[in-house]
Amino acid sequence: MAVMERKFIEERMESINIKGKKKKHLKCESESLAGCVSQRACVYCGARVVLNPITDAVHLVHGPIGCASYTWDIRGSLSSGSELYRNSFSTDLKENDVIFGGEKKLSRAIDELVLKYHPQLIFVYSTCIVGVIGDDIEAVCKAAARKHNIEIYPVQSSGFIGNKAAGYKAACEAVLKLIKPGVHLPEKKNKCINYLGDFNLAGEAWIITHYFKQIGIDVNVTFTGDASFTKLKKAIEASLNIVQCAGSMFYLAQEIEKKYNIPYLNVSFLGLEDTAQSLRKVAAYFNDPDLMERTENLIKNEIEKYGPQIAGYREKLTGKKAAVYVGGGFKAISLIKQFRELGIDVVMVGTQTGRKEEYAEIEDLVDDGTVVLDDANPAELEEFMLLKGAHLLVGGVKERPLAYKLGVAFIDHNHDRKHPLSGFVGALNFAKEVYSTVCSPVWQYVHGEGLLHEK
Amino acid sequence: MLDSTSKQIVKRSGGVINPAKTCQPIGAMYAALGIHKCLPHSHGSQGCCSYHRMHLTRHFRDPIMASTSSFTEGASVFGGVANLKTAIKNVFTIYDPDIMAIHTTCLSETIGDDIPSIIKSAEIPEGKLVIHANTPSYVGSHVTGFSNMVKGMITYLAEVDVEEKKQQVNVIPGFVNPGDMREIKRIVKIMGIDSIVLPDTSGVLDAPMTGEYTMYPRGGTKIEEIKDSGNSLVTLALGSFASSDAAKELKRKCNVPEVSLKTPIGVKATDELIMSLIKKFNKEVPYELEEERGQLVDIMTDTHFHFHGKTVAIFGDPDIVIALTEYILSLGMIPVHVLTGTPGGAFEKEIKAMLLEAGIRANVKAAGDLMELHQLIKNKPVDLLIGNTYGKYIARAEDLPFVRIGFPILDRSVHSYLPVVGYKGAMRIIEMISNALLERADRDAADEDFELVM
Ligand code: SF4
Repeated sequence: MAVMERKFIEERMESINIKGKKKKHLKCESESLAGCVSQRACVYCGARVVLNPITDAVHLVHGPIGCASYTWDIRGSLSSGSELYRNSFSTDLKENDVIFGGEKKLSRAIDELVLKYHPQLIFVYSTCIVGVIGDDIEAVCKAAARKHNIEIYPVQSSGFIGNKAAGYKAACEAVLKLIKPGVHLPEKKNKCINYLGDFNLAGEAWIITHYFKQIGIDVNVTFTGDASFTKLKKAIEASLNIVQCAGSMFYLAQEIEKKYNIPYLNVSFLGLEDTAQSLRKVAAYFNDPDLMERTENLIKNEIEKYGPQIAGYREKLTGKKAAVYVGGGFKAISLIKQFRELGIDVVMVGTQTGRKEEYAEIEDLVDDGTVVLDDANPAELEEFMLLKGAHLLVGGVKERPLAYKLGVAFIDHNHDRKHPLSGFVGALNFAKEVYSTVCSPVWQYVHGEGLLHEK
Repeated sequence: MLDSTSKQIVKRSGGVINPAKTCQPIGAMYAALGIHKCLPHSHGSQGCCSYHRMHLTRHFRDPIMASTSSFTEGASVFGGVANLKTAIKNVFTIYDPDIMAIHTTCLSETIGDDIPSIIKSAEIPEGKLVIHANTPSYVGSHVTGFSNMVKGMITYLAEVDVEEKKQQVNVIPGFVNPGDMREIKRIVKIMGIDSIVLPDTSGVLDAPMTGEYTMYPRGGTKIEEIKDSGNSLVTLALGSFASSDAAKELKRKCNVPEVSLKTPIGVKATDELIMSLIKKFNKEVPYELEEERGQLVDIMTDTHFHFHGKTVAIFGDPDIVIALTEYILSLGMIPVHVLTGTPGGAFEKEIKAMLLEAGIRANVKAAGDLMELHQLIKNKPVDLLIGNTYGKYIARAEDLPFVRIGFPILDRSVHSYLPVVGYKGAMRIIEMISNALLERADRDAADEDFELVM
């Protein structure tokens, strides 16, 4: 197969590592190179990902139309209540607004939306030009909140002030303001937790919440899957936070601990092993023998239920090779372990915004020869997938057709996922999805002796 | 989810609820992908580029390549000159396109980066080209961006180097799918006329699976062809919103006369396309096209009773909606609400004239949004909705049969491979509409009314 000839610039080589060759620290948490076909998103994107699942909020995008159009209902977060968050609201700034400022239009937009939907909560996202044209959205939000007697939070998410991770932080700042209690700190409830970093994609948060309910732990509020204004207002009644998607929620957990003295534990509900361990960890925290026994029972039952089926898939998948390119380092780590449960070797791992510590852990986990890379561009993904003979790529929207073109199977572990991939049942779904893509008959026609291959 | 939409329409001035358009740069990116071996470049924050690529990827289900200037805070204060210069250098070093097509974003426009002078002072390798278009997101829509980029291609590249114009036609197909561009090329070819279709995303965004990935697939208008477009006998601009500016530029720069036509959707608009070519090139209508037209008319007569008097709401991009409305009328259907998100008085004027001729009164609206369309439908219900993917919310809330035509379509596949233009495309539209309407009739029929033959 003719691999396109291409030159990688020196600077990028610092962001790529092949394990075992020589120990070096991967360059990460840095800015993308100008002129790269980067797979990275922006601050607004990060902020929107985190806040969007708050179902009864008006998510108002202040800027020209694009940003709002591209994020209209593309995140598969499910709601058990309001569907307001699935609409797309934009101030749709025009030339005149850019020249004379968009503050007035923003206030009008808020007035109109309040009249129409009577929300208790509005997020106003600033996009690229808002800062440049000098709109003071903070002041507009404050005035409007007073006028309508509701809560309105500006989210500082101009695209150029950093990458997706900066957006996570901007979102967390807004959440922190939202959950701030009045004068009195509420009583903490025992065996009551908040679950951070699950956006309820395909209903995943519901699965995890149900596990906790069965063992006698109450999930107070999930950040932010299926969250609502009233639920969030009670956030600090919990006695423990558990954090799954560390990339977006680590900061929030730290701040809540600092401010309200609620400790946190890192967990992961991807794969049988991680799910079991995480449940145990949380149960152990409350140090109650009955609770721990219930937990063990649950784990036993679930593993008995799903383990054999997963083992069946493992048989068919052993020896296959996977490449992983996801947003954060946390997910990459979980995926490496989960693939191991399926007998699959991970030969390439990359993330958009992985942190130093996470890359160190990845390096420890993977075998010699595995390629580790930060902020990869499509050419690099292609090069290393082919070089390493990957059968499967795990990634997001933009990576899917790239993989297919190479005749490589694909799984969306992002917002386009169709089945819940969390918890024990999620592990089975994952195995099923891996199997159905890797072992699909369509690949025969790609690699087989078709007309096009008779050269 | 849109169930909460109220019937009562209140005038709004604070922006948009559920948009029927998106921003300029994505149109420019799409147009640029229609040049062979071209890498579109987004001069702004990386988020824009990422969103545009993601959106196009979802519509075409093919890899979308484009680079970004990756603005940082510094760039937003001091301008993006350094970023763009570095980008130009890196793009040619790493991705080695023949041509790089830069478009701006709302950010770089607001900062006021002067792209032409940056290009002039940049290091561009021998034999490589850089072109640009200004695409401020706060003006027009994605269709405007498409138009601006096509115009940019002409401004930068079209040349006159022969005395007498060549016997060839320029066709500017507008913001349509690769399947449509393919069909337009086929029609012109059958007529025995040499053509330059510009831009041409066929073979780029509907490229076949080969098991190999190439950053620059075989398709796309060649740079030499774009240069040569200045020598053509005539330019056909299909769809005034997306194509007229470029055609006018060809006229101005290279003195190529311009004929402005509708997007060739439906029998009448396709006839007009073919008649214009016949007139200009002194050709006969080849039997193959006669036959296709005859088949289409046959189908129209066979099925007209399914359509007659059915009321329709149509929304989407102006050129497509204008042509579709004309076609819908020719089927005996009644457009009741016709809306585009793209601003433009010309849209309202053109549709209203068509409706007047047909003796029909309807709500016609440019620069509208889907909240408004939904409310209009609530006030005056219709039998069928035609539009892009976003119509599905309204279709669900109002339980309407729904036909997907336009951009973007994110929830169905294959649409980008097959045409809606030409006689073949018109047949396909009839098939889609009758499937939607008859499927519904079957679903809703009481047992005693349920029929085998329809
Ligand atoms: S920041 Fe501007 S150019 Fe970028 S996606 Fe948003 S509206 Fe479009």
